[in-house]
Amino acid sequence: MSSTDVAPDAPEAPEQSSLRSGGRRFGDTLFSTLSVGSGILIFVTLALVAIFLTAESMPAFRESKELAGIFGTADPAFSLIGGVAPYIFGTVLAALIALVIAIPVSIGIALFISHYAPRRMAAGLGYMIDLLAAVPSVVYGLWGGVWLVPRLEPLYVFLNQTLVWPSWVPLVPSGEAIIPLFAGDPTAPMRNLASAAVVLAVMILPIITAMAREVFLQVPRLQEEAALALGATRFEVVKTVVLPFGRSGVVAASMLGLGRALGETMAVLMILAPGATFSWHILEVGMHNTIAANIASKQAESSGADMSYLIYTGLVLFVLTFIINAIARWIVSRTTVKG
Amino acid sequence: MSTATTTASTLSGARAAERRLPLWHLLLTGAASLVLAALVLATFGNLSIVGVILLGYVLHLVVTYVYSRVREGRRWAADRVVMLLVIGAFAIALFPLLSLLWKVIVEGGSRVVKAAPHPFAFWTSDMSGVIGGADAGGVLHAAIGTLLITFWASVISIPIGLFTAIFLVEYSSTGWKRTLAKGVTFLVDIMTGIPSIVAGLFGLALFLAFMPDQSVRMGIMGSVALSLLMIPTVVRSSEEMLRLVPLDLREAAYALGVPKWLTVVRVVLRTAIAGLTTGITLAIARVIGETAPLLLTVGMVTGVNWSMFDGRMATLPTFINQQYRAGKANCMSDTVTNVVNGDVYSCSITTNIDRAWAAALTLIVIVMVLNIIARLISHYFSPKLSR
Repeated sequence: MSSTDVAPDAPEAPEQSSLRSGGRRFGDTLFSTLSVGSGILIFVTLALVAIFLTAESMPAFRESKELAGIFGTADPAFSLIGGVAPYIFGTVLAALIALVIAIPVSIGIALFISHYAPRRMAAGLGYMIDLLAAVPSVVYGLWGGVWLVPRLEPLYVFLNQTLVWPSWVPLVPSGEAIIPLFAGDPTAPMRNLASAAVVLAVMILPIITAMAREVFLQVPRLQEEAALALGATRFEVVKTVVLPFGRSGVVAASMLGLGRALGETMAVLMILAPGATFSWHILEVGMHNTIAANIASKQAESSGADMSYLIYTGLVLFVLTFIINAIARWIVSRTTVKG
Repeated sequence: MSTATTTASTLSGARAAERRLPLWHLLLTGAASLVLAALVLATFGNLSIVGVILLGYVLHLVVTYVYSRVREGRRWAADRVVMLLVIGAFAIALFPLLSLLWKVIVEGGSRVVKAAPHPFAFWTSDMSGVIGGADAGGVLHAAIGTLLITFWASVISIPIGLFTAIFLVEYSSTGWKRTLAKGVTFLVDIMTGIPSIVAGLFGLALFLAFMPDQSVRMGIMGSVALSLLMIPTVVRSSEEMLRLVPLDLREAAYALGVPKWLTVVRVVLRTAIAGLTTGITLAIARVIGETAPLLLTVGMVTGVNWSMFDGRMATLPTFINQQYRAGKANCMSDTVTNVVNGDVYSCSITTNIDRAWAAALTLIVIVMVLNIIARLISHYFSPKLSR
């Protein structure tokens, strides 16, 4: 993916302005117009996305507490910040947990494929990880909801009830979970934020892995061999050469994974029992929801101003992922120029 | 304990011969750890294969570190442990993939094969008149909807995506077009990251702005929403393929006096055709499983709808979601009658979930077939470039 970003528009075909004989050919005009037009269409499309989402969420703006003064609304029904804030919290929390699970595993897989597995097997193993990306998200939701959720229950019970402060330790609330995130009162079925985050982690694994693998493969061979020649073990080569070289690539890959996790709908919709609180207890059921899953679950029975409020939350999500992805791309471009 | 005995027995021989331990030592400690894990779990009374493997893996990390530290030294011990961790990470990733595929094939496969009234009726019947826990119905309507909507999404996306790629590679060398190309590249990257639900909202908002009836849903709305997700994928893959075409070929064509557009069509596209087809097939495979946009834009029906511009449509992803949400069915009596054609079916509590698995199998089969086609095309038809 980086090659397209770096490659300067290499010695391009001549524009033929001086060599051309006679008038401009019809085919040339048509082709150049069509291709430039398509390029402009990309601009137009993204502008349309922003314009239509904003236009369709106008009724919600008009009915909101924050902008009631401007529009002169007597009895505002929505809160632009208060209404969407719990969903933003849930979205970001789920995505971050997924990231915390996925990043170490992805780095491990990328290292395995690029530096540990036998050369001949590497391509095949990479393809197996890519298969994870080919599975539709709705199938992940089905698998997570039916198969995974009951199987995670023992783990959650362990984290919540076994991993607690023993009574002989002073100054701590005995019987409370040692890690505050796992506190609370989870009840089966475990349709909680943690389960949704685990499935999200599986879904972003192939994205992060693919990019990290590519970066790790670009590590200068000479540097690795120099380290080996100095007597470094394979782990020391990885620690001193591969990881420093690939650090920013891994950061960028994680940001892309974050963008994907923020916008994922189906896995969350099909696994999470929704709620709208700011609870940090990720094992408790019915406490969180994400923006995307909230839109998907409420769209069927919404119309008019309610619908435009949903579209407004979609706009918030769009802006959120736009910023995350822009940062990721910026990191990528900065890295590739340096490398 | 097993490690201690092994160490004692082979100490004198191995140290003299070679500093590094051969691989079978690692396998031996692995086996020992598994046995140890099984013993520990058996003592606590909950012996299971998964438990043994998990605990055994963790124990193996410790055992290997200690064993290797004693035999090889601190640095090599760290190396061994990291190698185990890396292999473990790969195994963790394979676990969901294998369990998901296994589950889909077993659950979905049995429903597809056993479906009433005859095997594979699941793929030749729709859901009209199928109510309650009737052990009947199928995905014909949803499969047709998915194929139609994806086809029209491709019709919209492929020309736009291909021409954008041609613009980026062939027509953006100088002046303002160069600036435009930079902007397009950036925006395509941004489009790649658009959440699918936002694409769905866009498809909805776009049509609702011009429709008097705010509850209207139709296939073309879904196609437009999907094309928003498909265009960036097509652009990225096509651009990469077009850049692979050697400059010499273009220059040779120009030297012969071939116009630029004809060079693009007859030389550049012709050379890159295999890669382009592969990329486009993968792009189709990517959007064919998208659910959220279709949930918003095409709704759900029980019968076949061939029209893109008239009424709601069923698709495989939304069908899976709908059947999953329906959950367990109620069985008041042993049989259920189809209200449309009067057929009588047996009642099954799990019929909805079974249908969801079978539809998931259908969808995965379609996606995998597309992926395999893409692989085959790129394998057999890719240009033999001397690079």
